[in-house]
Amino acid sequence: MIRNFLHQRLRPGFIALAALLAIASLVLATAPPAVASGAPGLNDRANNDVANLASLQRGARNFVNYCQGCHSAKYVRYNQLARDLGMTEQQVIDNLMFGAARPTDTMDVAMRPADGERWFGIAPPDLSLMARSKGPDYIYNFLRSFYVDPKRPAGVNNLMLPNAAMPHVLWELQGLQTAKFEQVSPGILTPEVYDEFVRDTVNFLDYIAEPMKLKRQSLGILVITFLLVFGLFAYLLKQEIWRDVR
Amino acid sequence: MSTVRTGMVSAGGAGKTARFIDWIDERFPLTAMMKEHVTEYYAAKSFNVWYVFGVLALVVLILQFVTGIFLTMSYKPSAEDAFASVEYIMREVEWGWLIRYMHSTGASMFFVVVYLHMFRALMYGSYKAPRELLWIVGMFIYLVLMAQAFTGYLLPWGQMSYWGAQVIVSLFGAIPVVGAGLVEWIRGDFFISDITLNRFFALHVAAIPLALLLLVVVHILALHTTGSLNPDGIEIKEKKGPDGIPLDGVAFHPFHTSKDLVAIIIFAIVFAAVLFFAPEMGGYFLEHANFEPANLLKTPAHIAPVWYFTPFYAILRAVPSKGWGAFLMLLSIVLLFVLPWLDRCKVKSIRYRGWQYKVALGGLVVSFIALGFLGLQPATEKVYVYAARLFAGIYFAFFLLMPLYTSRERTKPVPERVVFHGHE
Repeated sequence: MIRNFLHQRLRPGFIALAALLAIASLVLATAPPAVASGAPGLNDRANNDVANLASLQRGARNFVNYCQGCHSAKYVRYNQLARDLGMTEQQVIDNLMFGAARPTDTMDVAMRPADGERWFGIAPPDLSLMARSKGPDYIYNFLRSFYVDPKRPAGVNNLMLPNAAMPHVLWELQGLQTAKFEQVSPGILTPEVYDEFVRDTVNFLDYIAEPMKLKRQSLGILVITFLLVFGLFAYLLKQEIWRDVR
Repeated sequence: MSTVRTGMVSAGGAGKTARFIDWIDERFPLTAMMKEHVTEYYAAKSFNVWYVFGVLALVVLILQFVTGIFLTMSYKPSAEDAFASVEYIMREVEWGWLIRYMHSTGASMFFVVVYLHMFRALMYGSYKAPRELLWIVGMFIYLVLMAQAFTGYLLPWGQMSYWGAQVIVSLFGAIPVVGAGLVEWIRGDFFISDITLNRFFALHVAAIPLALLLLVVVHILALHTTGSLNPDGIEIKEKKGPDGIPLDGVAFHPFHTSKDLVAIIIFAIVFAAVLFFAPEMGGYFLEHANFEPANLLKTPAHIAPVWYFTPFYAILRAVPSKGWGAFLMLLSIVLLFVLPWLDRCKVKSIRYRGWQYKVALGGLVVSFIALGFLGLQPATEKVYVYAARLFAGIYFAFFLLMPLYTSRERTKPVPERVVFHGHE
């Protein structure tokens, strides 16, 4: 029954449509990514997992301690971190809220943009969506590729973003390295632990860029399951209605 | 007014419902319209999968209207607040992320189904007499849809919204004499600004949707005047039974509606797969750079329009002169309007047409997809520019050589009745 149906009625159309979609997806798949990283640099994968709550909690700690001095995450509210990261509001107040007054506040920064511009040449950007505009892999590599460059004001440069305005905020942890990545001075953390530190931080940035990602995926499975069941009944209804059409 | 009624009335409350329908019918032709457009609109029973994209376009249109209305409830059309208000919708409005992703996915899926719908028309000759007006109205829908997509894309006020609008609006500057003034008039400013954003919002949520809705109604009325064609390109009205019903036709409801429902569900599954698992679609449905707020002082390294505009963008860039590039881009769309008069072949469906049209249509599809790919690439690579010229040449050859190759086609005999094997 179904074989006949496919063969006689839909086969040519399906084949043509499938071919067209295959060509289109091939074109999309082979096209270079819409984001051009520009500079040569590291090409490692962050391999972060936004479902890993412990990693997100560590990332949140890293963010408020090392990033938030200059960078805001102004679309993120502290109480949302409490909800999503498996913490109580009191835990968030005690551990993550250094400047903010209320858990309903957004993750703002005390530094004025004009000061940032004066000190660094450019105001440090908001990081709420950095993982969506640049991708987690980019940030992971960015935070690992600072190198010693005496020509730069802060004494460091970056492989991913040449002449980056940002100083190596994490130098104390990673230590300093040359462009060949030979260790000049050791940091507090070993290279492996430093990578983990960066991975957690990136994971947090990935999470704040799209806090509903996990909810979206789990809802998607429900919706598609429903549609498959509904589709089966709709197909049977159609077969019944068309049974006598010759 | 006829009192005969179709299956709308249930047996139980027949008396009351029938009286109510009669009451309406004396004041508004409800039953007559229902018959003309739904229960007694006959379309060929031999429709294949290509015939679902019209109804899918209608489904997406409704989806865009509904989700769009909800988005306007929280969106703020000002340069200061627009970007933040979209993030507010994504993060803080209940189910806002779902509504926004439906709208953004819907925009791209609209073009997917419309392109497939247009390709169906090209394959089976749906643009030919007596359906020229139906085709032209459809082309106007396509144009208005492009305007709708373009004005909508500025609203999130991201980097690509801003610079894409900058590039496309500046195209009007290529028009001789009035160009520069026209660009200023469209923007309402000397650059894309808060003023531009506000007027694009007005166009996107009021003016263009009204035009779109009106054109869709006209499109459907024109379709129901000529009747739908079919994969064999046969006019089913020419072979009617003693009851006046086309022998090869079945009523839109319940036959085509039951089939369309299956198609809508399959489409919804594809739609949901994108929406829930890849809403950015690798940066093609939502461009990565658009997660960065518009910055007047920082031009992105690479500006590309959204994928559905890139074939035309590639044609624009293939020409060294901006004026001629813009002219050719305009021509590439205008030629579609006159298609019914370029095609000299009497046979409608590709099933019975000669090899010339099959080759030409294949060339058109390949060139359109290739141009779409090239429009996404940076223009700095010479090889891309040459490739764009080649495929633009093939694209234009399809139309400009059409009167020649279609008048030489050796067609196969068209059967009397549609080819239909039943739904076993």
